[in-house]
Amino acid sequence: MQEKTSRFRAVDALLILMIVLPILFGIVLQIATKPPSEGIAISGARIFFTIPFFFQDIPITESQVNSWIVVVALLGLCLYLTHGIATKTKTRRQHFAEMIVEKVTNMVRGNMGEYFTGFGPFIAAILGLSAFSSLMTLVGLYPPTSDINVVAGWAILVFILITYYKLKGGILHYMKSYCEPVPLFAPMNLVSEIATPVSMAFRHYGNVLSGTVISTLVAAALQGISAMTLGWFWGQIPFLQIGIPAVLSLYFDLFSGCLQAFIFAMLTMLYVSGGFPAEQYEKRRLRRSQKKAS
Amino acid sequence: MLELAIGIILGCCALGAGMAMIAGIGPGIGEGNAVAKACEAIGRQPECKGDVTTTMLMGCAVAETTGLYALVIAILLIFLAPAQMVNILTSTIGSMG
Repeated sequence: MQEKTSRFRAVDALLILMIVLPILFGIVLQIATKPPSEGIAISGARIFFTIPFFFQDIPITESQVNSWIVVVALLGLCLYLTHGIATKTKTRRQHFAEMIVEKVTNMVRGNMGEYFTGFGPFIAAILGLSAFSSLMTLVGLYPPTSDINVVAGWAILVFILITYYKLKGGILHYMKSYCEPVPLFAPMNLVSEIATPVSMAFRHYGNVLSGTVISTLVAAALQGISAMTLGWFWGQIPFLQIGIPAVLSLYFDLFSGCLQAFIFAMLTMLYVSGGFPAEQYEKRRLRRSQKKAS
Repeated sequence: MLELAIGIILGCCALGAGMAMIAGIGPGIGEGNAVAKACEAIGRQPECKGDVTTTMLMGCAVAETTGLYALVIAILLIFLAPAQMVNILTSTIGSMG
């Protein structure tokens, strides 16, 4: 075990700052820009400013800024975990990083098959981005996943991937898959094709948003009850709001957020590998190689 | 008269949101069935607890989708629809009178 140099430590400190500073920046930004609200307010993402564009102005919203924060913090975390990585000297963080990579690779290989082993980084990125976006509520920030635009963007990305891998079996085979079992069913198959990204986006966004709404409503109700039972003066002390919202937060923020990230990644894997026509692809490849040989 | 019309709009939006959430019954029953069967399976074969739990969570998430569609519609009805409807109402009255 070699001694850690001061330079190594300095880079470490910088990387930790890279993780912490964006989150602090988000909190400061929220304190600076959030108007004081009266009572309960369930609102969408606030718009910071708009960039004028040719046909439509581009609004820069809270969800975008917060997802940038998540991206930068995750990048810092990845760099921190892989900093000082070596083939022999094994630090604790290297073990942790190797564990993550191994778990994700095994999951991808088990669910998608040998052909899709290269999907590991993509699935890990989706998992990390989604989980940490939902966990933003723990530091009191607006979670980007409770904005449908963010999640719909991911779902569209997944939809493009699905279609790309379906097209690997040839365009005719792809068109034929719409006419299953009889050509009469083509419109229904089209609808179910479009329903895939829509349901993925709605599922993730609805779960996170419903958690936020229910937590806000329960907090407001507890405030009302404590004000009612103790009168106008003592009721200002939020004695009922201690602890009870924390239980809800444990479920809605921690459990549900991580579960939805897992489910989104899992569905991505299943849809992409399920839509891939393996037999047809093999046949095409064989035919192509024969043509090349002749 | 306008107050009455706006009142009807607001009340009907709230009623519609509440009625949309009747769809919550379906996923509730479905997920309950799924979890019950998963418990049975784990009781019969405790060694494949991990696989059963993962599959059950996946199935629950998929079964939840219809309920979440209803939730999205209810949220739209509560937060977006009243303002839109009132806008339409006032604009039509303005164009008429």
